[in-house]
This record gives sequence, structure tokens and C-alpha cells, in this order.
Amino acid sequence: MEGKVLNTTKAESAVPDMLIVSSSPHIRSNESVERIMIDVVIALIPAMIGAVYFFGLNALKLILVSAASAVAFEALIQKMLKKEITIKDYSALITGILVAFNLPANAPWWIPVFGSGFAIIVVKQLFGGIGSNFMNPALAARAVLLASWPNIMSTYVLPGADAVTGATPLAIMKFGGVDGTASATVAQAGSNLPSILDMFVGNIGGAIGETSAVLLLLGAAYLIFRKVINWRTPVVYLGAAAIFLAIFGVPADEIIYHILGGGLILGAFFMATDYATGPITSMGRIVFGIGAGFLTALIRVKGGFPEGVSYSILLMNVVSPLIEKFSAPKIFGRAK
Amino acid sequence: MKLFKIFKNGIINDNPIFVQLIGMCSTLAVTTSVSNGLAMGLAVVAVLMGSNLVISLLRNSTPEKIRIPAFVIVIATFVTIVEMFMKAYAQPIYQALGIFLPLIVVNCIIFARAEAFAFKNGPVASLIDGLGMGLGYTLALVTLSTVREIFGAGSFFGIPLFGESFQPAGILVMPPGAFIVLGILIGIFNVARRKKATSEI
Repeated sequence: MEGKVLNTTKAESAVPDMLIVSSSPHIRSNESVERIMIDVVIALIPAMIGAVYFFGLNALKLILVSAASAVAFEALIQKMLKKEITIKDYSALITGILVAFNLPANAPWWIPVFGSGFAIIVVKQLFGGIGSNFMNPALAARAVLLASWPNIMSTYVLPGADAVTGATPLAIMKFGGVDGTASATVAQAGSNLPSILDMFVGNIGGAIGETSAVLLLLGAAYLIFRKVINWRTPVVYLGAAAIFLAIFGVPADEIIYHILGGGLILGAFFMATDYATGPITSMGRIVFGIGAGFLTALIRVKGGFPEGVSYSILLMNVVSPLIEKFSAPKIFGRAK
Repeated sequence: MKLFKIFKNGIINDNPIFVQLIGMCSTLAVTTSVSNGLAMGLAVVAVLMGSNLVISLLRNSTPEKIRIPAFVIVIATFVTIVEMFMKAYAQPIYQALGIFLPLIVVNCIIFARAEAFAFKNGPVASLIDGLGMGLGYTLALVTLSTVREIFGAGSFFGIPLFGESFQPAGILVMPPGAFIVLGILIGIFNVARRKKATSEI
């Protein structure tokens, strides 16, 4: 029926099919939410492989449980709220992977389920779904998990098949000895620290996805190459963190441990660059990076926790609308 | 019929917590356990009924300009009675509620009802309004504290519900948990309320 009608018009008007009259935009890029999210998943694959290599099958189990529950919760809550089900855009998958990346390798299975559920239902969907969340869902989940089960969330295992618990490099620097005795001197702490090569490769204690700087940077380079993320936020964030750590009196040779240790690389490249929760202006991204770097250094050096990346990004998420308001570029031709 | 409507308004249509969002401070602070929530709710019911009744009876002889100080005196009297009563007969609850019991004096709900209802309506209607609003407050507190206690501490009225291996989500009994649970409950309550309102039309 339709074909028949089309044929008659074609024969009568003789207008070629290419000539389509429509309103702007006329040039469309093939970018889409799915495309961007698939790129992020690809960028996370090296770190995922690293997590499984260093922390064994329990890390794989945590990643799978977390990703599956994130997707399942997204479908469930969207069905309950009678919204369009958008699990095919892979954003829930990424949230699930990032939640798992923030967990210690010996966490029980229900920790990622609760974390993904909180991230997807409370932080993402209740605030309007993709693009409307006011803070990074994965980091909010990490903060909730850390507040609820501090024992589970801060007992890290060292890489290897034995699953020996041990301190992260940041905890060693903050609290001294491996057993957490605060009396150890800086020299003793230094002797307990792993080598910089181990730090870079990821052969250290910590959450499963955050330890390997080189694999995370590989993924981040891919994202920057694909123009999925902008270099400004992460580079300024890392630089500001280093500068403020130095200002707060961290010795120069320990700053590299601060940069490579903990969640700084993961947070800077994969979480601070979240589109919905960070500023979109270039100036705003720089301000965001400086603020997050300052807060990270402040929490790590002066605060009670050895790690402060998640809280600093969350706090900057909350002030992002304000940053955007003051960093909006002047409209051309408009008087001030 | 009109009295029933006033009563129902306090619990559902104008619920002080879920709809008017007043009296938040004590709501967020004391709902860490069901017993605290219930006791606080009943204390507010007692104070609200008493103050509404007396303010309504005095409304014609109270000068407009000094009505707020007059309200404070009346409310403070009832709060003191309730506080002394609980101190004498319910010592553990009295200690658990701490400063939030005397702080009922400055609770927005009681002032709002004195100003908006009792000062303009007769004693019977005011008494019913106090009962409805107080029970609405109690309903909100008990719901909130039930969720928080079961999932945040793994117990109900202090009785453990789950086995030893259950590790409750501690965040729910902490201050952020109060905000999160209250936000979700407000959402659910208002969706249900609106659905009912549209179906009645």
C-alpha cells in the first residue's frame, strides 16, 4: 500500500529522493548515548582484566554481580515508574562496573547488589534518570557503602591468590605500619611502601578497579582520543591534587604515591568527567578540577580517612551548577 | 461530618510531615528507633490537643498583638506537663528523646495549628484538628522509624529480627539515612494521595 503511493508520487513529480526538505539541524553526527557509553565500556575493559588478574575470580564475580544488578534495577525501577526502559544505552552497565571497581576484592556478593541498587534507584532514577542525576551514582553508592559497612569497605586484600588483607599505600602513608599503628615514623612507613613500578602496574592493595594506573590510563587515553571525555577536568584535577599535597607538606617523593595510589586516577578520568554531574564549560571544568584536587589533598592529609577522592568528587558535583553559572561564556554581542 | 473531615485532613491531605513538611528537625532526629518515634509522636499529640483546645477557648480574649507570646506560654505549659509525666513514668524514653522533648515548645506544627486553626475555630473543632495533626505526625514518625530501624539496625521495637549474620545498612540510622528515607516516603505518600484524589473525581 505504502509502496504503491510512493511510486505514484515519484512518477508524477520526478523529484529525486535525496532532496528532503526539513528544518535544522541538517548535519547530524553519528554520536549517540549508546556510542559514548560503549566507548566508556571499552575503556574500562583493560582495568577490568587487570582487576581479575590481580585479585582473582572474586573480583570477576563482584564485577558481574554489580553490572547485572545495576541493569536489572534500572529495568525494574523504570517498569515500576512506567518509564521507557533504557537499559540498552549501557549507562547502567557502566554504573555497575564502576560500583564494583570501588569495592575491596573480598567484599561479599550483596555489597555490589546494594551499591548498584542505591546508585541506580535512589541517585539516578529518582532524580529523573540518565542526564538528570545530580551526583555520580557510583560514587554516591561508594559513600553509602562506606558509611554503612566501614569494616567491609576498608579492609583491603593484597593482590595474589591468598587474599591476604593488608593496608593500601595511602593507609600506610597515613597511619604508618601495615597493621595500622599510628606510631610508626615516616621512614618506617617508607620502607613498607611498595615500589613505584608496582604502584604503576597495580600490584598493590586497594579497591579492585583503582589499583592499576597504567591500565586505567590506557582506557582514559582511548576516551580522550575518541573525544568522549575532555582532558581538562582530569589533568587539572591530578595537577591540583599534586600541588595542594605539596602545599600541605607531603614530601616530594610521596606525592607520586598519592597520585598513583587510591582512586585518584579512576576518579579523575572516569568519574569526574561524568557529563551530567560536572560543568560543561571549559573554565568550569578547570575550576572543578582545582576544587576536587584541593578537597582530595585536604581529606587525605588533614582528614580522618586515608582516601578522599570519592567525597571530593561528590562535593564538587554538588557545586557544579554554581560553577556553571559563573563560568558561562559571555554571549557575543550582548552587553554586560 | 465536618469534624471527620478536619480529622482526615490532619492525617492525609495536610499531613504535617509528608505534605506540609513542617516540624522536620525532630522528625529527622528521633526516628532512629520505632519506640522513640512512637513516643515522640504521642507526646506531640498530647501537647497539640491541649494547646489547640486552650488557645481556641482563649481566642476571643487574647489580644491580636500579643498572641504569639500567649501561644508560647500555653504550649510551654503543656510541654512541661508532658515532659514531667514522661520523666516520672517513662524514664528510658525520656532519656532517649533528650533535648527533642522540651523542643516541642518551638515545633512548627504546634505553632502552625495554633495560628492557622485554633485561633480561628471553636474548641471542639480545634481539639479534633489537634488529634488529626498529631496522629498524622505520629503516622509519619512511626513509618519513618520502622523503615530506619528494620533496615538500619535489624530490629523492631528493639527486638532483633534477623540472625547474627545479618549486617544492617548502618547509614539508615545515621543522619543521611533519615533524609534519604524521608524523601522516598514523601514521594510514595504523595503519589498514593494524588492517585486517590484523581480516582475520587
